[in-house]
Amino acid sequence: MARRYAITAGDALKQGVLLVAAFLALVPTLFMIMTALKSEEEYAIDKMGLPSMPVIENFRAVLADSPFLSWMANSVIMVVGAVLLSTVISCLAAYAIACMEFRGRETLLALSTSLMAVPPVVMIVPLFVLYTQLGLISTYQGTIVIYAGLITPFSVYLLATFFRTVPKELFEAARIDGAGHFLILRKIVLPLSLPAIMTLVVVNSLYVWNDLLIAIIFLQDDAKRTLMAGISVFQGRYNNQVPLTMAGMVIASAPMLILYIAFQKHFIRGLMAGAIK
Amino acid sequence: MRHSSRLTPYLYVLPLLALLLFVFGYPLIRIFEFSFKMVRGIDGPWVGLRNYELILSQSVFWEAVLHNLQLLLAIPAMVVISLLVSVLLYDRIAGWRFYRIIVFVPFVLAIPIIAVVMKRMFQFNGPVNEILRWLSLDFLALDWIGSSDVALWTVMILIIWRESALGIILFLARLLSLDESMIEAAKLEGASWWQRVWFIILPQMRGVIEFYVVVSVITMLAAVFAYVFIIGGGRGGPGTATTVVELYIFNALIRTSLPGIAAAASVLLFLVSVLLIFPMFRARRRVREEEA
Repeated sequence: MARRYAITAGDALKQGVLLVAAFLALVPTLFMIMTALKSEEEYAIDKMGLPSMPVIENFRAVLADSPFLSWMANSVIMVVGAVLLSTVISCLAAYAIACMEFRGRETLLALSTSLMAVPPVVMIVPLFVLYTQLGLISTYQGTIVIYAGLITPFSVYLLATFFRTVPKELFEAARIDGAGHFLILRKIVLPLSLPAIMTLVVVNSLYVWNDLLIAIIFLQDDAKRTLMAGISVFQGRYNNQVPLTMAGMVIASAPMLILYIAFQKHFIRGLMAGAIK
Repeated sequence: MRHSSRLTPYLYVLPLLALLLFVFGYPLIRIFEFSFKMVRGIDGPWVGLRNYELILSQSVFWEAVLHNLQLLLAIPAMVVISLLVSVLLYDRIAGWRFYRIIVFVPFVLAIPIIAVVMKRMFQFNGPVNEILRWLSLDFLALDWIGSSDVALWTVMILIIWRESALGIILFLARLLSLDESMIEAAKLEGASWWQRVWFIILPQMRGVIEFYVVVSVITMLAAVFAYVFIIGGGRGGPGTATTVVELYIFNALIRTSLPGIAAAASVLLFLVSVLLIFPMFRARRRVREEEA
């Protein structure tokens, strides 16, 4: 009896710790949502309670005043462009590295992989100077290339590791049937690698969507601002209007939170597989 | 005759080479060149080591370096928190899937968004201090954002809060690949929860912990821009209390238009990251050996 009691007490403690961790993980999100639904007056007297009379005025004001939707559109363009470009390039290269014999392939993989440890800030100075010279500052294509480059070492590493696990017999057979490399890549390797590609899409999209540094330097034009660069301007402007600012943050975080809730399984699998970078 | 020749592999890796040479190769060569030049606009005369001398004689630069180093203090806390939460999740106690969804949230939210929210929560008359005063902990109700003695610690709290989620993700992935038979055997032998964690689980997590530490060191030294940019109001404020090396580079490049200075600081940061590449490779290899 004593033993059973001890186990339950231990379980209660574990539950308690996890509850606290979960609460702490959620507090900023809860604060953000609750505050966004308060009026300025209510927030002034009650900072933590539930909104007594939820208002949506803050959301209307934010959307009327700041181009959140166009910032989001710019972020989507960056994500789609960079992730697509990087995935195509990485698939081709990873296939060659994993499935073909050629001189320098191990060196190439090791070099590409080691670039993951180089912080992005190191690359910005020459690229900024070059882009100024070429008139590529505040262009979608210029910035997409930078993002694609920054996420590609990880993509190549993950895909090459994954492609190597595809059984060789599968494409030996296809080769004997006369299939070319491109066909094998498309019809055999890629379909088998969908989980790895999903991981890439999740991890890389999060990176590009959430980035501030590159966005702020290379997309300076108001019309080209991404969501993250946009909110850094937005929050400075409404420093003292907390509910209004929080309404902006709810709008800004909504796309990723909704995607996360809708595709938890893919996100969780992708994050766990992609964490070892 | 096969349609593949000896050149085919190179054709497949050509786009990769071009992209990496452009985004990494070109800049990594040019930062060295620029760091020895007084660049105005797009180029300038050679000035030897002048840029480096200038940087190293600036107290703002050293302050930034010290701030980056101070942020390293967050890593032990991150490791402990991530280990605790991931081991508890691994126990698969009631509701663990639900908890998992929630503790991953900080990693899904963008840093700038979280920084904006936390900045409001930690305002002097914000909810955090209100709770502290309500708990009669008035002495803890600091000016979290506005005081130059405290602001960097506030940044650190924010970093711990978010980067721990990465630790949990990493550690849980490792835990789920553990061989459970040993743990079950220990359970049958009557080993307590602590004994199982301490003697069986933790020793097998050495590699992944090492990996997380190395990745976190890189983060603290060279990837905290977004946190600091928002909390410090774009200027590393109050005063220079939250300036870090990345912000120093940003300011030199964008605000004062001195690419030569920015390049010299970039070179220093790059050399530090090169030192970290080897431990990172070693740790990753060990993780993969452990998992195999």
